Amino acid sequence: MNSVYLDHAATTPILADALSAFTSQASKLGNPSSLHTQGRATRKDLEDARESIAKAAGCLSSEIIFTASGTEANNIALKGLFWLGRKNGRNVVVISAIEHHAILDPAKWLVEHEGAEVIELPVTTAGVLDLKFLGDLIANRGDEIAVISVMHSNNETGVLQPIAEVVKLAGDIPVHSDAVQSFGKVALNYKELGLFAMTLSAHKIGGPLGIGVLILRRAVEIPALLHGGGQEREIRSGTLNAPAIVAFAAAVSSKSYDAINIAKLRDDFAQKVVAQIPDAFVNGADVDRLPGIVNITFPRTESDTLLLLLDSEKVSCSTGSACSAGVHRPSHVLMAMGHDDISAQSSLRFSFGPSNTEAEVDYVLSVLPGVIKRGRAAVAS
Amino acid sequence: MKLIAAMSGGVDSAVAAARAVEAGHDVIGVHLALAANPQKYRSGARGCCTIEDSHDARRAADVIGIPFYIWDMAQEFHDGVVENFLSEYSAGRTPNPCLRCNEKIKFAAVLDRARAMGFDGVVTGHYANTRESENGKTLHRAVDHSKDQSYVLAVLTRDQIDGAIFPLGDTEKVDIRKEAEARGLAVAQKPDSHDICFVPSGDNASWLHDRLGSEVGPIVDQDGKKIGEHKGAYTYTIGQRKGLGLTVPTADGSPRFVLKIEPVTNTVIVGSREELAISKIWGERAIWCGPDVTAKKKRGFVQIRAHGSALDCTYYFDGSNLIAELDEPLLGLATGQAMVIYDGDRVVGSATICQTE
Repeated sequence: MNSVYLDHAATTPILADALSAFTSQASKLGNPSSLHTQGRATRKDLEDARESIAKAAGCLSSEIIFTASGTEANNIALKGLFWLGRKNGRNVVVISAIEHHAILDPAKWLVEHEGAEVIELPVTTAGVLDLKFLGDLIANRGDEIAVISVMHSNNETGVLQPIAEVVKLAGDIPVHSDAVQSFGKVALNYKELGLFAMTLSAHKIGGPLGIGVLILRRAVEIPALLHGGGQEREIRSGTLNAPAIVAFAAAVSSKSYDAINIAKLRDDFAQKVVAQIPDAFVNGADVDRLPGIVNITFPRTESDTLLLLLDSEKVSCSTGSACSAGVHRPSHVLMAMGHDDISAQSSLRFSFGPSNTEAEVDYVLSVLPGVIKRGRAAVAS
Repeated sequence: MKLIAAMSGGVDSAVAAARAVEAGHDVIGVHLALAANPQKYRSGARGCCTIEDSHDARRAADVIGIPFYIWDMAQEFHDGVVENFLSEYSAGRTPNPCLRCNEKIKFAAVLDRARAMGFDGVVTGHYANTRESENGKTLHRAVDHSKDQSYVLAVLTRDQIDGAIFPLGDTEKVDIRKEAEARGLAVAQKPDSHDICFVPSGDNASWLHDRLGSEVGPIVDQDGKKIGEHKGAYTYTIGQRKGLGLTVPTADGSPRFVLKIEPVTNTVIVGSREELAISKIWGERAIWCGPDVTAKKKRGFVQIRAHGSALDCTYYFDGSNLIAELDEPLLGLATGQAMVIYDGDRVVGSATICQTE
């Protein structure tokens, strides 16, 4: 068996269509902001791409702001909407406790540098946002809230979040949603959800690295983080990355994601793992999740040890979260779901994609019991 | 063999890992994160577990072409090494934390975990050798005596030595740097680390002061007469002459040295050079790196500092202590340090110095 890649939530193999769109665009000359022939030609390709991404995401093409990453889009949205709200005396930032670091850390930064108050919304033990808590919060302090940011689905567990209900409760308060894991995998429509802002990323769906999107409601003006040529609505400056943008659009249009089969493969895997390792359990098993992600706790193990052992068996998966030193810390997502330090560090995320096969699942299942056994011995040592 | 290479981010462990790969072993690189809150950058000759060091280790592993992971051993290191360092100092002894780290972390926690995971041993960049003998694997000095680290490894049991691989023992340090350069390892010119890794400032006294406080106490002479005051007993070492701040001179004007530190009464005792001389050393917690030492007296060498000289001695084990009788007296010796016995270049064993005479 060649290596088995079960880390599609981290990044995905680039699709053939996206790669060819990228290389063909990269060989064309022209800055899309230039007024001459070459500039106009590139601009044409880029705006075609913008329109097709907008169509797929359910927004106007003028609502799309290209960025260099999902992280950048999240930063612009959270900080920008906070500053916008503060003009009207609103100083509270509301986020879920299970956000990606690309929301958690900008929120922390707003506390430390801008005097914001951040309120984290709890989740249930299944990993779903506590809507009652949010409802009460808005009833009591709604006029202080500058922005609410709740991810569309969680990157570690795949659990889908009730965004439409959040928007409904929020009323006039701007709601942002980080949808990088959901886009292209489950039904997702910016307009229908009634969102104010939403984040997308190309490399989670077979597009290239280095390109993200912030969808921001038309005519809304928020302060920029990057100042310069003013390319994207004066909110995001920098020469537009035309090859990555057209490749992103190609990935969006490829329709290669077969959600039903991927979910079937994932469920089959999870069911057999739990049968093999009786005390293992799936986090968020009984709620709606993305098709490709399953997060499994293996009691009496340490996930970084399991990852090493699986890696040496040519199986790639993830511990879910990592810090800059590479030292594994207990997942804040699992902790928010009621895990303690130890069980939060005994969990692995397996994320499936279109290229995975039944034979690969069988192979992983054949090596897993030995890995768990050695992993448990290492903890006991 | 399947081996774990402990990679600090320095030149030695990088070359050691590369040599283990070249010898045909199946090697995985592991960087031990030993600080709970690592600093971003390395400063001077201190520290081996900053984020910068872990990046250096990762880069070396990538260049060598082996998998690389970081193991969080901060809790084990704190409990087994840092806490011990503090408690030894507050008991008036002078510990060597590098020995303790080898004993409790590198060849215990790491080796145990590696073995449980199906690995055969741990590779490190220590300058030492092992040899197969009829009594099993034995520990020996490195070829480069100026860099020899067998002293800090003398706490390893026979079983631990069995799982230890030291690929650098046959080479001079200067050649290791050249080899790193030739292998394209960017750490080739990285400075050596010398000081205690968990004291980032390099100032042991003030680090101890921050943690143990400083209780002023008396400095007395051999007769118990108070002749000065100290600013925390643990900031002094046996044999220390400078910085005592004594105001009462000796009758003949001869210098005084720290003879003894008594933590219970918080007293520092000073005396003459002659009184500092010792000729017999007792060590507790003896560990044999090869065949057991018995009551039968044998000739050998004892070393009492990491880079100290090997002193001619007669050694034996009285059933509870390892004892060394020196041919020539020695000036100033702190309890808590390790005494390591050598038979030629073979490490016989070690013990923690508990008494001198």
